[in-house]
Amino acid sequence: MTILIDSPDSNNKSLQPKGWLRYFSFSLDHKVIGIQYLVCGFLFYLIGGTLASAIRIELASPISDFMPRDVYNQVLTLHGTIMIFLWIVPVVNGAFGNYLIPFYVGARDMAFPRLNAVAFWLIPPSGLMLVASYFVEGAAQAGWTAYPPLSITTPQSGQIIWIMSVLLLGGSSIFGGINFIATIIKLRRPGLKLMQLPMYCWAMLGTSLLVVLSTPVLAGTLILLSFDIVAHTGFFNPVLGGNVVVYQHLFWFYSHPAVYIMVLPAFGLVSEILPVHSRKPLFGYTTMVFSIMGIVVLGLVVWAHHMFTSGTPPWMRLFFTIATAFIAVPTGIKFFNWVATLWGGKISINSAMLFSCGFIINFVFGGITGVALAQVPFDIHVHDTYFVVAHFHYIVYGGTVFIIFSSIYHWFPKVTGKLMSEKLGILHFAITFIGFNLCFAPQHWLGLNGMPRRVAEYDPQFQFVNQISSIGALLMAISTIPFLLNIFLSIKKGKDSGDNPWNALTPEWLTSSPPPVENWEGDAPLVEEPYGYGKPISQENLIKKT
Amino acid sequence: MTTLNSSKEIKKDDSELNEHHEDFRMFGLITFLIADGMTFAGFFAAYLTYKAVNPLPDGAIYELELPIPTLNTILLLVSSATFHKAGKALLKNKNSDTQKWLIITALLGITFLICQLFEYFNLPFGLIDNLFASTFYALTGFHGLHVTLGTLMILIIYWQTRPKEGRITSQNMFPLEAVELYWHFVDGIWVILFIILYLL
Repeated sequence: MTILIDSPDSNNKSLQPKGWLRYFSFSLDHKVIGIQYLVCGFLFYLIGGTLASAIRIELASPISDFMPRDVYNQVLTLHGTIMIFLWIVPVVNGAFGNYLIPFYVGARDMAFPRLNAVAFWLIPPSGLMLVASYFVEGAAQAGWTAYPPLSITTPQSGQIIWIMSVLLLGGSSIFGGINFIATIIKLRRPGLKLMQLPMYCWAMLGTSLLVVLSTPVLAGTLILLSFDIVAHTGFFNPVLGGNVVVYQHLFWFYSHPAVYIMVLPAFGLVSEILPVHSRKPLFGYTTMVFSIMGIVVLGLVVWAHHMFTSGTPPWMRLFFTIATAFIAVPTGIKFFNWVATLWGGKISINSAMLFSCGFIINFVFGGITGVALAQVPFDIHVHDTYFVVAHFHYIVYGGTVFIIFSSIYHWFPKVTGKLMSEKLGILHFAITFIGFNLCFAPQHWLGLNGMPRRVAEYDPQFQFVNQISSIGALLMAISTIPFLLNIFLSIKKGKDSGDNPWNALTPEWLTSSPPPVENWEGDAPLVEEPYGYGKPISQENLIKKT
Repeated sequence: MTTLNSSKEIKKDDSELNEHHEDFRMFGLITFLIADGMTFAGFFAAYLTYKAVNPLPDGAIYELELPIPTLNTILLLVSSATFHKAGKALLKNKNSDTQKWLIITALLGITFLICQLFEYFNLPFGLIDNLFASTFYALTGFHGLHVTLGTLMILIIYWQTRPKEGRITSQNMFPLEAVELYWHFVDGIWVILFIILYLL
């Protein structure tokens, strides 16, 4: 008779399904949960992308011929909500955070594995609810912002399902945030100091603070909004003495930090990718940390710059303009640091690096238009026009989605042990980059000339530029083909990558690829210099095993 | 301000890292309570804004009687003390004392809820009468939901601290400590709510 000596925890894990089936189980393994987040998010990205294509087809002609006006509004609402709450937030936080953070802090799993699994499994049902809300009578058509009185006067059953779904997704996000804070603060391996953590940990710590502090406010707001719809209270209904501007304040108190929730993790990820592929230490580690925390603090006090046309008093306009302009300082510091990291480095031009450089270019552009939008006179001119649409997509698509792709190319060998095809990767980058800029750069011009957003019809003089934009959108849709092809071909017949194909020094590469169930065969290595590239000491000296 | 507070919280816990490596459940709970507190903060902010900028229509009734909520404040404050007693007793392995204090706490919670309902039924306004009424019911109702959940959890704790068979002992204090912290949090919120809603 053999006696299995096993801790109760690992015993638990051996009961879980093996192979691909484990991705459909209530797995407690942070790596499995990370992949679950990523694949689930990508499926919703395909749905949201299909909706975006429908929007661009409609906008190829100035009259509403492809779909009726109310369907157009429903489609854009669903597109926005899916892309934000089911693709970007879960993937850039949940997927990469769950996969990488335990490696980075030298742990075997997250601090609360069960809560982690619960947080993920809230997403598929609420995502399906959100999609289903489109098919009931009165689908949500007030945009992802759900501004009253529009959201409480249009037909409402779909709006209520929409609210419930966003509440559940917010809950998932809060659970995830609590887990990340506890993991980064409490679960670090002994001897690992905070200032030795890879930058993504800092980005996730900042992001999670924002999630924990601001998401509950959105939850409370949506509860009040649902009261307005179901019980006919008057919180946000001016007819009953309510105040729509209060909704806007509470909503943007979450939704401006939400922009940082979407983009700070991308800042962290690009800080991991650039040093590896340019073989140089990350420039200005300490300033990076302080600028992340600066963005967190400032990010909480700039929300009213979305509301300059909502009758905000002059002092408020002044305060929020200045606070918003200040955010450019820490963000600018980060950009100069990334450029300085690249400067003089031994740069390898591969898919991950190309997408990261694409990110820097796009995000600088989105950042500049962001500072412009913070100025009241300019903002009043372009408020609710395509200029805002262009700015926003330069941040979340040109910024975050580029980094998501970059990260997939960078960490694919880690997850599968296979290399991805560089040819297809570069093709993917080229189509995405050209398509993205072709789609959104002309929209700045459209907005400056007064084309309003969220309307199915427009002045015929804008048709030519809109058609250019639609061609760009078509290219973006096509760009998923080489990407998916690359993923499937590489999983099937990709070359073996070995454990550390990039010769990276961050902790996740110091174990086998794909990693064992509990991350390390022995103890977790103590990585004191995760960015110690190009120094005259060998890798072994940098990693002390204890 | 809240950001500063929470990061201080984290720093404090950070220094204790090496002594209590195991117990980060309490840390997770504190983070959750900060999040929960932000929900209330949102409601309070909405209420105060309404009060400042949205005048009620003529003839709207918004008078509140003070005796019941004052009694309720006292009930909750006393229940915080009795819960604390329960924890102290468990530390000394006096499970029956713990159970006694817990049942008193639960009864105080239930009395609070009954008083709250009594107040609801005797108020001259309903949920949708005016903006003040809606906000009043939303705030007290959301808080009452917290008290209800807390009372249920106290009853579960009561069951689990029964002598000999119970799961919660002086070695396994966490469930009791967690509910206790939550209960103090709910009490604290009530005090703020009482000041803002009834006294201001």
